[in-house]
Amino acid sequence: MAAKGFVEISVEGCKGCGLCVHYCPVKCLDLNMADTNSYGLHYAFLKEPDKCIGCANCGVICPDAAITVYRKKN
Amino acid sequence: MKEGYELIYQKPSTLLPRRMHYCPGCLHSTLHKLIMEVVEEMGIKEKTIGVSPVGCSVFAYDYMDVDMQQAAHGRAAALATAIKRMHPDKYVFSYQGDGDLAAIGTAETIHACNRGENFTFFFVNNGIYGMTGGQMAPTTLEGQKTSTSPYGRDPKKVGQPLKMAEMVSQLAGVAYSERLSLNTPGNVRKGKKAIRKAFEMQQQGLGTTFLEFASNCPSGWKCSPVESLGWIEKQMSPYFPLGVFKDVTTGVEKCSCADKQAK
Ligand SMILES: Cc1ncc(C[n+]2csc(CCOP(=O)(O)OP(=O)(O)O)c2C)c(N)n1
Ligand code: SF4
Ligand code: SF4
Repeated sequence: MAAKGFVEISVEGCKGCGLCVHYCPVKCLDLNMADTNSYGLHYAFLKEPDKCIGCANCGVICPDAAITVYRKKN
Repeated sequence: MKEGYELIYQKPSTLLPRRMHYCPGCLHSTLHKLIMEVVEEMGIKEKTIGVSPVGCSVFAYDYMDVDMQQAAHGRAAALATAIKRMHPDKYVFSYQGDGDLAAIGTAETIHACNRGENFTFFFVNNGIYGMTGGQMAPTTLEGQKTSTSPYGRDPKKVGQPLKMAEMVSQLAGVAYSERLSLNTPGNVRKGKKAIRKAFEMQQQGLGTTFLEFASNCPSGWKCSPVESLGWIEKQMSPYFPLGVFKDVTTGVEKCSCADKQAK
């Protein structure tokens, strides 16, 4: 079954603060510790896309508006 | 965009496509975003004028796609007063930190509120002077260590932290005073509703609208962004309770200054 939601996170727009990771209720986000953006910051990414429920908590909490959230149409 | 999915959240078009200079996890960014979301939703971009302060948010005008002026330190309320009186049909706001609004600008703040100037204050209370390197502010908590209170704030020497939202709620000119925080997704959603309400009250000409945000400064507090949000909840909220202190549209009028101080 396709995930209920999915998110796009801007690699360059992300500052790696980790707030989205912290507030994701299903823990599908993480910081990419293996890579950095051009500012040298570990950026957030959708690590487990199947889990995303499209709640938009990550988008709402992201200070830098780096996250776009989509939800599956009914 | 993936097929079968609909867009439910994105950066507002009113926030310019620039990287904000704030530290990672700083709630100044969140508040900028939120004000601009409301401006976008109300369709008032051409009718909104903001005033940025001196402090970390001095460059707010570089990010918000509305007309803005930048005030001398502490004088944002005086400038906003002038702008609103010249343009009563516009939505006017001042955006200020605690060093700006509650230290050097206390007089401007109190008197604008007392006169009932019909604009909205966005007051970012992060308990510290962020921009200049984490000095003690009027809002620094008792015992809190800063670069100018290395042993913790001592109220015997410098008094208790100022509760601005409660204080201004006692002035007749104030129509709406609330303390919010943007420290959880739920609280961010509440914050947005309050911003919209303040703008709508401004449109009705009800008087001064004052929104204080219990905010963070991960760099000045020397902690991670996630820790800083927990700190707001555990350390700040007991002294700076969230809630409405005055709202003339619902008749709410309460103030917790006295009971806290009396203990
Ligand atoms: C007249 C004047 N006095 C002092 C300063 C130095 N100064 C710059 S920002 C600031 C305080 C900023 O703190 P706050 O308003 O809490 O904003 P924050 O940076 O924490 O967002 C001070 C004292 C100044 N720029 N101008
Ligand atoms: S909340 Fe935003 S800036 Fe912070 S890690 Fe997530 S995407 Fe990056
Ligand atoms: S110094 Fe503090 S208030 Fe200033 S941008 Fe950094 S975290 Fe925000």
